[in-house]
Amino acid sequence: MEARIGMRNIKSNIFKGIIVFFAFLITVPLVIILLYIIKQGAGQVNWKFLTGTPAPVGEAGGGIANALVGSFVMVMTASVVAIPVGMAAGVYLSENPRTKLAYYSSLCVDILQGVPSIVVGIVVYFWLVKPLGTFSALSGSIALAIMMLPIVIRSTEQTLKLLPDSLKEAALSLGVPYHRVILKVTIPCGFAGILSGITLSIARVIGETAPLLFTAFGSPFVSAALGKPMESLPHLIFTYATSPYDDWHNLAWGASFILLMFVLTLNIITKVITRKWKIQL
Amino acid sequence: MKLSKSLKLAVVALAASCVTMAASAQDNVLLGAGSTFVNPLFSKMFSQYTASKVNYQSIGSGGGILQLTNKTVDFGDSDAPLNDDQTKKMSAQVLHIPMTSGAVVVTYNVPGVAGGLKLSGKDLADIYLGKVTKWNSPEVKDSNPGVSLPDLPIVVIHRSDGSGTSFIFTDFLTKVNPEWASKVGKASAVNWPAGLGGKGNEGVAGLVKQTPGAIGYVELAYAVQNKMPFAAIQNKSGKFITPTLEATTLASNVVIPADSKVSITNTDNPKGYPIASFTWALIYKEQNYGGRSKVRATELVKLLWWNIHQGQANCAPLNYAPLSKSAVKVAETILKSATYGGKAIL
Amino acid sequence: MFCIRNPKFVENKRLKLSNSQLKWEILFKRILIAMSILLVLIILGVLATLIIESMPSIKALGFGYLWGKVWDPVQNIYGAYPFLIGTLLTSFIALIISVPFSYAIAIYLGEYNPKGWLSDLLKNTVELIAAVPSIIYGFWGLFVLVPMVRELEMKFHVLPYGIGILTASLILAIMIIPYGASLGISLIRMVPSPLKEGAYALGATRFEVIRSVIMPYTRSGLFAGVLLSLGRALGETMAVTMLIGNTSTIPSSIFAPGNTMASVIANEFTEADHTEYLSALIELGLVLFFVTVVINLIGKRIITRFTNN
Repeated sequence: MEARIGMRNIKSNIFKGIIVFFAFLITVPLVIILLYIIKQGAGQVNWKFLTGTPAPVGEAGGGIANALVGSFVMVMTASVVAIPVGMAAGVYLSENPRTKLAYYSSLCVDILQGVPSIVVGIVVYFWLVKPLGTFSALSGSIALAIMMLPIVIRSTEQTLKLLPDSLKEAALSLGVPYHRVILKVTIPCGFAGILSGITLSIARVIGETAPLLFTAFGSPFVSAALGKPMESLPHLIFTYATSPYDDWHNLAWGASFILLMFVLTLNIITKVITRKWKIQL
Repeated sequence: MKLSKSLKLAVVALAASCVTMAASAQDNVLLGAGSTFVNPLFSKMFSQYTASKVNYQSIGSGGGILQLTNKTVDFGDSDAPLNDDQTKKMSAQVLHIPMTSGAVVVTYNVPGVAGGLKLSGKDLADIYLGKVTKWNSPEVKDSNPGVSLPDLPIVVIHRSDGSGTSFIFTDFLTKVNPEWASKVGKASAVNWPAGLGGKGNEGVAGLVKQTPGAIGYVELAYAVQNKMPFAAIQNKSGKFITPTLEATTLASNVVIPADSKVSITNTDNPKGYPIASFTWALIYKEQNYGGRSKVRATELVKLLWWNIHQGQANCAPLNYAPLSKSAVKVAETILKSATYGGKAIL
Repeated sequence: MFCIRNPKFVENKRLKLSNSQLKWEILFKRILIAMSILLVLIILGVLATLIIESMPSIKALGFGYLWGKVWDPVQNIYGAYPFLIGTLLTSFIALIISVPFSYAIAIYLGEYNPKGWLSDLLKNTVELIAAVPSIIYGFWGLFVLVPMVRELEMKFHVLPYGIGILTASLILAIMIIPYGASLGISLIRMVPSPLKEGAYALGATRFEVIRSVIMPYTRSGLFAGVLLSLGRALGETMAVTMLIGNTSTIPSSIFAPGNTMASVIANEFTEADHTEYLSALIELGLVLFFVTVVINLIGKRIITRFTNN
């Protein structure tokens, strides 16, 4: 009897050991990847790297200003499109959860979340690139906006659902019109939650390459023209990484480093916001 | 509340700045896409050309042709002339303007062999057919007496995208190896019997450089710029020719037909390198389409005119063969036939 | 306040105000509805675009398309089989590798160590894995993982490509771990403590509680997590495109190069120069869309049912 209990305890401890081992093993590749990118990339970053444009193929030097500006412009344009649309749809879903429309659009959010990014790229090519007759930053931005939508919608919806109904009811009973209640009471109260969804969605699309392959294309120039092709950080990394030129590899490492820093910062901001918000609740 | 106001402000400011930036940007960038074969040369040329900015994306010849068909670019560039199918899909007549000629070299990464490898066309095809799989197999050894070849598997690298370079390469293999001709054939994207695919000349060179035992084909400029060794290839006269600027120039020294579509692989010239080709810029003959302005059309034709004249000075340093005088004459005539609203542009 | 001066005037003004407010209110509600409809339209539009554009290939090839073993754009022969195999192989290998990790993380953070700095640290790390862009995984894989796999292949005496199904699967495995894990954590934390306490009271060890109480209770939910990771793996494009080798032949072993549906599209879409070719590629997109959507919806359904119970 004693022995059996002993065995069972040993078994339990072995199991715990295995679980702990596997759970922490996963940090190893992440740490390796992060350190590798920092080691290869951090040293590349200097003034010329940040402000220069690509040199002719095979010549040393050049910078990634075209991609930095391009990524910024496209992500911002995507946000301008996706945030109002996403917030509106999110408000609708949280306010009218039982309507037929809510059922279907909620289903569509789920679907949209699962659509592979490359498929979004194909579709936007037929929606915008072909009719407009040119690759353009605009079409890239729309593709990114579509990728952002589900996150913005879900975060808006879930945050607003968590707010106590009494808040809204109090405002309504004072005779405040519905839209003012939403805009001045509900959304400001859930603002932190929504904001965290927005930063998260930006963090997600800033590293997206696949939807940009057939939409924003690429460009060696620094430009903010939405009607023209535009370079982006992830697309630049893709082209340079698969090339044979050491100099391009270095540019790509530097660009990866910067992209990674952006994404990490955005994620930390998201974390801070959600933590703060939870305390307030 | 404070936060939401500042956010609103930020959004408005951003939208406003985006609009102003978009409005202020001028419509002066010519967009081209296609061949990666010519990309080192084009990027050098376009960095020197000052009359207009050119955004050339090296996505492969197949991509260049398709994007021209879809009218999403101002010009395409292909290392293979349009075939009948492609011509049919174009909504209007397309002009082929020769830009330069270059050599497709067989580059390799064999530890211990720093250079000087020789290959016959037949063996090359057998390697790409997956029949010759080791670097020390008798076929490779026979052509390379005195070279100590390691017991290493051959990793075949080909293109994953539609490529003029692939067309040139498979065109040569089709001419020298009947089995290749019947099983695979020549095209810009064939059904490769063996190996790994790399995207663009850049991708193939990158893979070969990274993979011990690899063999691949790229434009000469890529191999030279990356200090990669390349093989001497046996030509029609039975001589092993190392690809150089001179050997390419000799191979491209042919009579150019009026439409400039000519294949120069497997050249008759005893000193010519057998895997070489022209590369052609592709534009619509009638430039008034899809609401294009005459200014833009003129800028485009002027750019190409510059390419075949002053721009040619960039060829030799990058190991492309400059167009011969007769080729330039042909190119001039073709370029002059471009029209805007029925009237000649130049 | 208002009543002190002129009640009537104020009354009117309020009426006016409320009239315009009413208009705004209606407009506002309409905007909300319009945006929700827009969402539905986007999905319908995506579906319609994919179906219309892949019509030529559906008409020409029918269902044989899915089983055709040859993809040869030159001869105009399009068979998606090699890519289906490539996609399934990479996704399932990645899944097999990732499941022990995501389950272990879920059990550790859900049961053994749900609170404290160590738990927070690990949880944030896992979320970070999901945050790193796929292009960076691909780039790193190309320069670090590929030479390692090549060494391995040398030892096994297979053709040392370095790039291939296995390499792509390894990177995919790392990338999809967070999807199963973070869902698992919250599910395991939802197991009612009376159940666990009952088992402990009967003298069960920790392992026995996990095996006989927690696992059976959360099984369907954890399975949903696996489905979500699978959906993610199937559609992953960039990292796979960089590491899989891009050949349209049916992979002969896990070391061989291949192609997934997503990587073929990424490689060939901008250059598909005839109608059938292009529409065959779009049909791949359509198949990919259907598969990922169905898998995701099933996963989501299971989770909803689980959390409602």
